[in-house]
Amino acid sequence: MIALVKRDLILALRAGGGFGLALAFYLILVSLVPLAVGPETGRLAEIAPGILWLGALLANLLSLDRIFQLDWEDGALEGLATAPLPLEGIALAKALAHWLSVGLPLAVLAPVLAVLLNLPGAAIPWLVAALVLGTPALSMIGTFGAALTVGVKRGGLLLSLLVLPLYVPSLIFGALTVARAATEQDPLPSLALVAGLSMASWAGLPFAAAGALRINLR
Amino acid sequence: MASLWEYANPQRFMAFSARLLPWTAGLAAFCLVTGLIWGFFFTPDDFRQGSTVKIIYLHVPSAIMAVNAWLMMLVASIIWVVRRHHVSALAAKAAAPVGTAFTLIALYTGAVWGQPMWGTWWEWDPRLTAFLILFLFYLGYMALWQAIEEPDTAADLTAILCLVGSVFAIISRYALVFWNQGLHQGASLSLDAETNVHNVFWYPLLVCLAGFGFLFLALVLSRTRMEIRARRLHAMIARERLA
Repeated sequence: MIALVKRDLILALRAGGGFGLALAFYLILVSLVPLAVGPETGRLAEIAPGILWLGALLANLLSLDRIFQLDWEDGALEGLATAPLPLEGIALAKALAHWLSVGLPLAVLAPVLAVLLNLPGAAIPWLVAALVLGTPALSMIGTFGAALTVGVKRGGLLLSLLVLPLYVPSLIFGALTVARAATEQDPLPSLALVAGLSMASWAGLPFAAAGALRINLR
Repeated sequence: MASLWEYANPQRFMAFSARLLPWTAGLAAFCLVTGLIWGFFFTPDDFRQGSTVKIIYLHVPSAIMAVNAWLMMLVASIIWVVRRHHVSALAAKAAAPVGTAFTLIALYTGAVWGQPMWGTWWEWDPRLTAFLILFLFYLGYMALWQAIEEPDTAADLTAILCLVGSVFAIISRYALVFWNQGLHQGASLSLDAETNVHNVFWYPLLVCLAGFGFLFLALVLSRTRMEIRARRLHAMIARERLA
């Protein structure tokens, strides 16, 4: 399982595309926002928590179809399915690799972008905490969605239609954490809920993802 | 009494639903006509809301049935996953567009009602937002059915999506309450509450509710029959090609 995570990480780093692309997309999306809504710093600070979370979510979404698609096309997924590791473990490893290569870098990049959007300084640690604790849920839900649509040709749009409604709870609590920190309210309850969502999805969704993979590999 | 599972046999289901369909359709028509005419023309106007209150006879039943349609799909999906009855999978597939339509009716009548009452067509209130998200779930579910050609694979994958989606739909519902205390009033109809709406409005509403329930049943039955026939046709064409 560790070997699989390593392999996916190396592929993400060396094959180009996946790793840097999501970060670049996040950067561009956030820097386009002031151009769209105007440069007043007060207004930007007000919408910053939502924009930062929405950007992270979309950047995450962008890289989802790579989780299984390449392995599916070259047959590596069938090889993995016959490995001694159960499919649940493979789904878990894939989600972990996706989080390490996309979710974690996004959380690291977020403070820089937060400064661009003039988010109050007190909220920045909470932003990082919410993204670090919240993006695992996004990766796991995305892995489930990718497992569902792996057999569909050009399933990218379908994938986003399936996955985005599932992102709703994480988005609500994640953005709320940052917004509460920015307005000097206690952000801890919503942060705890974000973390809870991540843990619950890591506990339950590998089984659903493995079920979907098994059906697709039939 | 015969077991319920006997109707999992498509042949039996077709025979039984052929007998049941005229009754449900007839009851649906009867209840809807009676309930709506009673509600629209023979109930007094509300003293604060005027005649706009009458949209309740469309809004509440369709909203209730929109949620129940998803629950029915959930039960049908579980039956398909556990017992592999094709009729069940097809019933879940058949219910999705009907549920979508009910969701749309509830959203639309809600907007029409909200405009004079709240002064806005749309408000990001937990109930309204939850319904919008339910609508998105229906769209995703139907899109997944469309996208996969192999029927059994499609049935399996949509069943999994329905199960996972249900969990997330419930979480979203409570997340939204946390997110925003809304504008929508609380439930004004429950069987145990003491402060229900007045009986004058209550009885026609019950009739409409029954009408929407029968309508749902009739539509799902006829759509399931259609799906079974389509499946048979498909099998016949495949057999012709082989011969």
